[in-house]
Amino acid sequence: MKYLLMIAGDESAAEHANDGCGGWSEEMVERGVVTGGAGLYPPTEATTVRVRENELLLTDGPFAETKEQIGGFVLIDCADLDEAIEIAAKHPAASYGTIEIRPVLEPPPGVV
Amino acid sequence: MTYAEVFRAEWGQVVATLIRMTGNWELAEECAQEACAAALERWPRDGVPDKPGAWLTTTARNRAIDWLRREAVGAAKLQEVAAMTYEPETPAYDVPDDRLRLMFTCCHPALAMEARVALTLRTLAGLSTAEIARAFLVGETTMSKRLTRAKQKIQNAGIPYRVPPAHLLPERTPAVLAVLYLLFNEGYSDVTRGTLTEEGIRLARLLVQLMPDEPEAAGLLALMLFHDSRRSTRLSPDGVLITLDEQDRTRWDSALITEAEHLLDRTLQRRSPGPYQVQAAIAACHAIARTAADTDWPQIAGLYAQLPQTPVVALNRAVAIGMADGPAVGLALVDQLAAGSLAGYHLLPAARADFLRRLDRRTEAAAAYREAAELATTDADRSYLEKRLAEVSVQS
Repeated sequence: MKYLLMIAGDESAAEHANDGCGGWSEEMVERGVVTGGAGLYPPTEATTVRVRENELLLTDGPFAETKEQIGGFVLIDCADLDEAIEIAAKHPAASYGTIEIRPVLEPPPGVV
Repeated sequence: MTYAEVFRAEWGQVVATLIRMTGNWELAEECAQEACAAALERWPRDGVPDKPGAWLTTTARNRAIDWLRREAVGAAKLQEVAAMTYEPETPAYDVPDDRLRLMFTCCHPALAMEARVALTLRTLAGLSTAEIARAFLVGETTMSKRLTRAKQKIQNAGIPYRVPPAHLLPERTPAVLAVLYLLFNEGYSDVTRGTLTEEGIRLARLLVQLMPDEPEAAGLLALMLFHDSRRSTRLSPDGVLITLDEQDRTRWDSALITEAEHLLDRTLQRRSPGPYQVQAAIAACHAIARTAADTDWPQIAGLYAQLPQTPVVALNRAVAIGMADGPAVGLALVDQLAAGSLAGYHLLPAARADFLRRLDRRTEAAAAYREAAELATTDADRSYLEKRLAEVSVQS
């Protein structure tokens, strides 16, 4: 199963931005479960895009003004939710932020 | 056994096996339903088979194969069907693991508590959606949606259909026990929903059978049986709560008490205590006391001290200490808890009221009983508290 791990935190999480992942990435790459991912600049650097009636609408900032904002993401491919939970729980950000696990929608057969 | 009783007894096994074979929860339930319908046609004519569960499982499996054949489009699907067709006849039924697998999956912590409870009752205990809706006082449509959503999440989020590996058991087993205990308590705290008590006990028996080496499962079952032994003495004919000290102990179910005692004794010998075993031990202290005055309160207070000190446990412990050392001590301890998170919990003023009554401080007792009665959540509790209120008011 493929999952997206969305790593979120409040403002205080910013101080961890350059912490690295304390060996987590190495272990998960070794296990062959990571298929992509990156850390992100803070939401102050975000630009939000909408197109309504052919008009491009741009906003400075994230799409939702919530306390917790996404600071990074990882795409994983593993056996099941239990393994995804184990992988997420080991991530250093789980100890100060929040990690949301979302199953990736697999396209139905025939759709590429 | 009536046919309906046979179906109820076998339902969990049939559904659990079918989910393992097809990976499809909806299909598993539908085929189990169809197998029961087929039995209603065949059994009156041919007689009930020797192994009704195996008969139902085979019939349900054949329905599933038919359905998958009709629906099969890709080669992968056809392979699935082929694999099912060669499933050996008998072992498929006697493997007990399927029901345990189902229990752990229904109680997976990634599901909301109310979804876990509903799913357990539907798939494992075989209650109908309407019955579950009634038990939880919600509409049938709401309950039906809740069940569908839960099954969808299991499938879409990839919640594995298995008994967790050993290293996950310590965190997952309590989740299963919590669902069963919640079922039991929902029924126990409100007699009009007594079905839930029975289902809680039935599923706890099953869990003990499936996990014979799990001391907390046995502890939970013992706890339920001790409580259930007092079932018929807990209410007066007009529906007023009767407290432990005023119950007719000769009418407690001695067979259930004996069973619970054996279970608890055997389990405690493993020397691997846990909160359910401790609570069962407390219930045992009450069950073996011949009269209310014989109750070993110091022992009970000591046992409460071994439990995680949640506000409710702290209140019970304060009451036990008060019963052992006198109402003045009890009142002081209960008063210390008043400022905490128990505000709004009717048993807090009820405990205060009781100690005040024993101290003959009637005006204060009356006020506390009045407060407790206003906060009570069931009619039985409210009637009891109002009865007490009337008693202290008349005498003053």
